[in-house]
Amino acid sequence: MSEFLQQVVNGLSLGSIYALIALGYTMVYGILKLINFAHGEVFMVGAYAGYYSAGWLGVNGYEASGAGFPLLLALVVLCFAMGSVALLGVTIEALAYRPVRSAPRLTPLITAIGVSLFLQNAAMLVFSPNPRRYPAILSEVRFEVGGVILTNIKLAIFGVAMVLMLGLYLLVHRTWTGRAMRALSMNADAARLMGIDVNATIRATFAIGSALAAAGGILFGLDQITINPLMGVLTGLKAFVAAVLGGIGNIPGALIGGLLIGLAEQLTAGYLSPDYRDAITFVILILMLLVKPEGLLGIVRQEKV
Amino acid sequence: MSDAGPGLAAPPPPIPPLPDPPARPRWGLRALVALGMIGGLALLRLGLEAVLIEYAQRIMMLAGINVILAVSLNLINGTTGQFSIGHAGFMAIGAYAAAFLGTHLAPAAAALFGSGMLADAVTFNLALVFGALLAGLSGLCVGLPSLRLRGDYLAIVTLGFGEIIRISFNNAQFLGAATGYFGDSPAGLPAYTNLFWVLLWVVIVIIVTWNITFSQTGRSLAAIREDEIAAEAMATPTTRLKVLAFSFSAAGAGIAGGLFAHMQAGIRPEDFKFDKSIDMIVMIIVGGLGSVSGAAFGGVFVAVSLELMRDLHEYRLVLYALLLIVIMLVRPEGILGTRELPSIVRGLWQRAGARGASSGGAER
Repeated sequence: MSEFLQQVVNGLSLGSIYALIALGYTMVYGILKLINFAHGEVFMVGAYAGYYSAGWLGVNGYEASGAGFPLLLALVVLCFAMGSVALLGVTIEALAYRPVRSAPRLTPLITAIGVSLFLQNAAMLVFSPNPRRYPAILSEVRFEVGGVILTNIKLAIFGVAMVLMLGLYLLVHRTWTGRAMRALSMNADAARLMGIDVNATIRATFAIGSALAAAGGILFGLDQITINPLMGVLTGLKAFVAAVLGGIGNIPGALIGGLLIGLAEQLTAGYLSPDYRDAITFVILILMLLVKPEGLLGIVRQEKV
Repeated sequence: MSDAGPGLAAPPPPIPPLPDPPARPRWGLRALVALGMIGGLALLRLGLEAVLIEYAQRIMMLAGINVILAVSLNLINGTTGQFSIGHAGFMAIGAYAAAFLGTHLAPAAAALFGSGMLADAVTFNLALVFGALLAGLSGLCVGLPSLRLRGDYLAIVTLGFGEIIRISFNNAQFLGAATGYFGDSPAGLPAYTNLFWVLLWVVIVIIVTWNITFSQTGRSLAAIREDEIAAEAMATPTTRLKVLAFSFSAAGAGIAGGLFAHMQAGIRPEDFKFDKSIDMIVMIIVGGLGSVSGAAFGGVFVAVSLELMRDLHEYRLVLYALLLIVIMLVRPEGILGTRELPSIVRGLWQRAGARGASSGGAER
């Protein structure tokens, strides 16, 4: 039983990272109907931004004990990474996606694949292909509750993810920007007629989605200890599956999907075989699309001629 | 109230009419042409192998394999307008099946035909066809459920299947799991692939896809691409045709996989990663989505340009990605678009003729 609970704890912390990344996919898809393949790479750049900013702030001791930051500095690292990666997301949108926004749907999709490839290979040039050990932004403290080992890192991952998602929820439902986003995702033409600045809203969407992915990147680095330039490929795909599972375009759906994918992955690794932990995500995706293509919380939209 | 409603979209570009069908197929003539072609390819191979260094031959073979991949992927992605980004999985199935059968059939073939060229040819082609059948069959299994989905959802499902296939090979102990499959002999897989076989299969695959594309079936596939709902309203069996095109396309990838497998000592699951599917996408996009000759051009282009950029080392994949983005921004339909090389050449010819005639008129 305690082993099961341990897997659940690990699954939830991994799943909340997936959920953070899935939000970016789901927001962009909701508004542009574009699978932003480059989002996984944005997440990877976020992890590196955290890595370097921690280095500049003077943490290069990798021992888990005593090398941790004061909480304030950890927040500075988080904010720096989120800000710089938000800038990256906006740049990608302006340079690569805006020119093809009105093209047939496959054109932006292929462009997104191109951007993803570009960022992967550029990252290998700039950051070197070797995996790097993540700095101990938080020093690890372990404690045991009822036979289950918890660490402050896992709790922090879960906590940061939940706070950010709550913030996003408030932003989408309580601010004008959020209202503009929702309007755009319902009907872009009508939204434009109502005087909504489409470009500014899409820019904001990319900035927010990328910032969340950057936070996910830092949490991933803390959780998995090493980062590398190709880490965004598989993690990005899994997060996308999480978005589809919850119902793409749906923000609470991304949270549920992310947690479910994280749980499924950990339970598969724990009880079946670690070899299949990556396959289970895609099995879930395919089953989901065959049974309920609109996702758990999605709405069926009739295709009109 | 005589106006058409505001919701009507612009009409799709007109599809050129079918050429008149020949009165009756002349099988004797066709057999002669085929034999002549095989002879020509054999001579071509001997000539190329005499002239080219081994490195250049290898690039030519890779280019041929790319052409097979691109032309067959183009059938589903270009002609039918569905978006598959998991074709590396089918290539893997073809490669593993052909490698496995090639290894295990060789002794039997040697017992039957002696250990000469004939035995090798029989073994190799049986292995290739087996790989193609298995890949086509798995294409059918993947296509049947997933082709009900449209657009980018289909893309994601094919991606998922591609990954599942690769992970399965990664865990298949009898196929060497993650270390890869190297056959039974210490020298690795038998090296059957040479320029002749690659070129022969390139020709076969191009002829088959060309004939599908310009048959009635091909028109139906193009109709699905232009407007699936309208095609369905015209009683086109859309799902059946999509699954058919998908299976053919998977079988083509299987042949390419078989040729690829017997070109080297062994195959590993990581040869068939997501990147490989992306490579195939790049090939058909460079050449033009929906054009057979464009896809063939794209296959050669990718093989050659990656080799030419080899000196740039780590920069080449960055450049490659930039190229993809720039093509999408500047010319999203690819270099040829949906046009075919013969029709372009004919157009140029006619334009040149017209110019000659008009300039002649101006002189007078």
